[in-house]
Amino acid sequence: MSEYLIELNNIGKRFGGVRALDGVSLAIRPGEIHCLAGENGSGKSTIIKVISGIYTPEEGEIRIDGHPVGRLDPIKAVGHGIQVIYQDFSLFSNLTVAENLALNTYLLEGRRHMDWARAHRMAREVLSRLGVSIDPDAEVGSLATSGRQIVAIARAILAKARLIIMDEPTTALTRHEVDALFAITRDLQAQGIAVLFVSHKMREMLEISERLTVFRNGRKVAEGMMRDFDEAAITRAMTGLELTDEPYRPAPPTAPAVLETRGLGVPGAVEGVDLVLRPGEIVGISGLIGSGRTELARALFGMEPAMRGTILLNGAPVHPRSVQEAIALGIAYVPEDRLTEGLFLPQSIERNLTVSILDRLRRGLFLDRSALRQRTDAMFSAMQIAAPSAETPVGHLSGGNAQRVMLGRWLLTGARVLILNGPTVGVDVGSKATIHRIIRDLALREGLAVLMISDDVPELVTNCNRIHVMHRGRFVAELTGADMSETRINDTLKTLT
Amino acid sequence: MNKILQSTELAIACVLLLAMVLIGLVNPAFWGFDNLFSLAKSNVVIGIMALGVLLVMISGGIDVSFPAFAVAALYIVVRAMVALHYDGVFLPFVAAALIGLVLGAFNALIIERFRMIPLIVTLGTASITRGLLLGLLGSSIVNINKMPKELIAFGKHDLVTVEAANGATYGLTAMVLVYLGLGLAMHLMLRHTMIGRSVYAYGTDPEAARRAGFNTRRTIWFVYCTAGMLAGFAGMLHTSMIWQANPRDFQGLELDVIAAVVLGGASIFGGRGSVLGTLIGVFMLVMVKNSLILLKVDTTWQRVVVGLIIVAATAITAWRDRKKLA
Amino acid sequence: MTSQTPTRPLIQRLLGRDAAVAQLIVITLLIFAVMTALNPDKFLRYYNFESISYIMPELGILSIAMMIAMLTGGIDLSVVGIANLAAIVAGLYFRLPAVQEAVAAGATGMVFHTVAAVLIALLVGLAAGAVNGILIARLRIIPILATLGTGQVFAGLALVLTGGPAIVGFPQTWAWIGTGKILGLATPLWVLVVVAVLVAILLARTVLGVNLMLIGTNPRAALFAGIRSGRMILYSYMLTGVLSAIAGVLLSGRTNSAKADFGASYLLQAVLIAVLGGTNPAGGKGRVTGVLLALVALMLLSSGLQIMRMSNFLIDAVWGGFLVIVIAINYLRSQK
Repeated sequence: MSEYLIELNNIGKRFGGVRALDGVSLAIRPGEIHCLAGENGSGKSTIIKVISGIYTPEEGEIRIDGHPVGRLDPIKAVGHGIQVIYQDFSLFSNLTVAENLALNTYLLEGRRHMDWARAHRMAREVLSRLGVSIDPDAEVGSLATSGRQIVAIARAILAKARLIIMDEPTTALTRHEVDALFAITRDLQAQGIAVLFVSHKMREMLEISERLTVFRNGRKVAEGMMRDFDEAAITRAMTGLELTDEPYRPAPPTAPAVLETRGLGVPGAVEGVDLVLRPGEIVGISGLIGSGRTELARALFGMEPAMRGTILLNGAPVHPRSVQEAIALGIAYVPEDRLTEGLFLPQSIERNLTVSILDRLRRGLFLDRSALRQRTDAMFSAMQIAAPSAETPVGHLSGGNAQRVMLGRWLLTGARVLILNGPTVGVDVGSKATIHRIIRDLALREGLAVLMISDDVPELVTNCNRIHVMHRGRFVAELTGADMSETRINDTLKTLT
Repeated sequence: MNKILQSTELAIACVLLLAMVLIGLVNPAFWGFDNLFSLAKSNVVIGIMALGVLLVMISGGIDVSFPAFAVAALYIVVRAMVALHYDGVFLPFVAAALIGLVLGAFNALIIERFRMIPLIVTLGTASITRGLLLGLLGSSIVNINKMPKELIAFGKHDLVTVEAANGATYGLTAMVLVYLGLGLAMHLMLRHTMIGRSVYAYGTDPEAARRAGFNTRRTIWFVYCTAGMLAGFAGMLHTSMIWQANPRDFQGLELDVIAAVVLGGASIFGGRGSVLGTLIGVFMLVMVKNSLILLKVDTTWQRVVVGLIIVAATAITAWRDRKKLA
Repeated sequence: MTSQTPTRPLIQRLLGRDAAVAQLIVITLLIFAVMTALNPDKFLRYYNFESISYIMPELGILSIAMMIAMLTGGIDLSVVGIANLAAIVAGLYFRLPAVQEAVAAGATGMVFHTVAAVLIALLVGLAAGAVNGILIARLRIIPILATLGTGQVFAGLALVLTGGPAIVGFPQTWAWIGTGKILGLATPLWVLVVVAVLVAILLARTVLGVNLMLIGTNPRAALFAGIRSGRMILYSYMLTGVLSAIAGVLLSGRTNSAKADFGASYLLQAVLIAVLGGTNPAGGKGRVTGVLLALVALMLLSSGLQIMRMSNFLIDAVWGGFLVIVIAINYLRSQK
């Protein structure tokens, strides 16, 4: 028996001219909890797809139980006991828990008959093995995120997994749910199942993992026992930078608030939020998915018609009931998911930049083409968008450039309040610094008030004047000045249940 | 899912009962055996087609080609029987189902291979099928004198007959059994076989179905071939029940059938729908159409009523699906 | 760095940098060449092209209407129903005793009431389109089912209004719309040209046009960008309705009658021409130029086949086959 369950040696994978993986190695022992860390674009997702047989690498060797396996395909990988739990879980929301659990097994066994009684038996057995009480007859779509995740884990166990790969498993979980997940993970370990966590959340990695591998730009840059690392060392390995990114600490702005909320509420999501945003200020919001942070942003942007409480803009009460009204009031929102919520990928940079001001650039019935071009050109150079021309489809741009197009769109509307949700998700390290600089410039020079919602605690710490910690729809802590540190925020988040 | 489906079906059934009571109040003739038997008879052909459409809708597609397939199957088979002086029942039905299957396979090929929206593909195949049928075989009607006798005899089978006070007899056609048998088979297939579950899985999320290890290509082929086969079979049944073969039949029938299936609670977004719901939906549609006469509404209003039913049924399901998302 | 958006040559702007348009030109020329070779005497006759120029516009306008519905990822299956209903309502208008008197009284009355009848027809189209738009944009019924249903309702209403038989007895001026000439060219052709130019300008140069394209590309992003999607989609179906009514006027003008089930095969043909013309049925892509080229290609094909005495049924089948082939070609091209 080999020491390792799976070994990947000197794996290389290219996409067109881009080297996604450059001679990386990764080895996982049976029953260990291993963490694979790396920024977006570091090659994490590519290696998952190599392990699960979706991608075939051009170079390198894969060994399972010490034996070379040659070409791996998805069916073979499953046969070797490798199971991946993707962020979207790949479950069938219209079908019941029992059926979701049984389908894979039946398919593996090549069955033609859908045996409901056995499906229920299997479901009850595996769910009780995980120590959770989920109704096997519940429709998966009716479960909370954590419940769906457990169903996905249970499905992997039923598929006789020896290695379960979890892609960013904690993103949508509350602290309490993360603890439950970790308990389940240790349970899996006790049953001899190895777990590979793929994540960029340091705090959690330190807590649960035994060994760590760090990727950066398609290469392996660090590897070892978790006890030999501390947060700073991991960050250094992930970003390749000492955290010399000067924190943004301007003198607290004294100007009167541009935007203020009093007792803002959204039924079922946000309660009693009092927020003050001054010109030139960047205010951070830290909180988990489901904490109400997105609903708060949507309420300010006119997308929550059931909103309660008061919003004051330059001291005057306003009540944006639609996105158009919010834009007219000078409020802008850059949504979480640029690709699905922000950009029109096949359309040109020009159309993406000017979409929200088309109504203003009209001469009679027609669009004023010269004004359109003029605005586009100005923003194109101001945001330093790297593209051959403004006619280039946005789909061809890198993550950083795409985000610049989003910011540019809102600057063109003359926004005074900029709400950013995950401003650097999916952006490479270099672009990230530039986007941060642009955001700070907008606050400092242009006097915009910025509300920054982010999962990335260091991002908040380096860029914000103040940070609100949000939980269950409320602001539960406000950190300013010297109090603003990763440790403080993580400690605060940890105490929340 | 069970609970929700049951509640959907329960709701449709309640509406149906309410409608029956109301129609019965306006015209008590509704509850007469003759009316009920003729209602049951009108359910058969449209119902069998609806089973095929149900399958397609659960898989997230839509099919407007089945009336063309049905008429092609029945007309080709009857013309062949006339030409060959063949008479019989079993073989013609098999042949019609096979013709439907082959035509359905054509749909599957284009949809699966070229990844085109099913509506546009089936619009195209319907036009090809009807065009070739009328263009190559002509448009003359095979009437009762020329129709194969055994086929007519088969269609005349009654389950029970009732004698009315005035001496006229009314029969409940035995074809109802064929319809209900197919419905039961479809229900068992959808609920208790892996291929049936693959249709739901594919309709819910094609990508997840692929990842789970379903052979999704096979699912698509299965769906459109089965729908075609049912259409072919229904066409043949139709011809044996009305004792003639008209190559221009079934014009616009796709609307009625789709309306019935949507009425029965199937979602056009896929992943939802049941045989029981569809049976009720078909009955409701047929009943409303037939009862317009009982209600003394001019027959020219039929299309308006069917259209309004489609709009109302889809508005309700759209509202239901939206509530579920929220 | 500044963006470079030099003005492209006119011909390139008209055709776009779309491979689909180039492909269409090739197809059209190919059909033209083959039909010419097969029927050298009959196909190239002036009379043949003249008759095409009368028949083509109704279908062309319906196809443009279909393309507009497809821009936002929708479809309008009620176009033919709207066209017939509009024509029938106009026909009933001419049956009003007061109108009949005025029309019989002289040319002025005839022209005045023809204009009024056209406006009434367009209004019917606008209202029908608004019904579709409200169902789709406000009640969020998916376009296939909504227009399937309303198509039945409109066709049904047409049937109710006529009781079955065709409406006849339109005045000469009405017939002129479908059969007359302006500057030596068919009136319907002029109508098609005007509609095509207006729609092309609308799509490229107005807020509505650009917004429709963006909504079709990514409806969620449209919401976050502050596009009034509901209103824009409503307008697009109203426009589709008006265009359908125009087609209905041309059709009834040409045949000098109006009937509930005229032009049933136009529905499929309009879908086919829109898709063949490079419109993406999933939304976000569509050009008037492409639709017009596809229209010409298919009209040449039909007329060539008619000259070869192929039955109309078989021509229908050929159109269906064409649709399938186009789907295959588009797929293979996207795989490159």
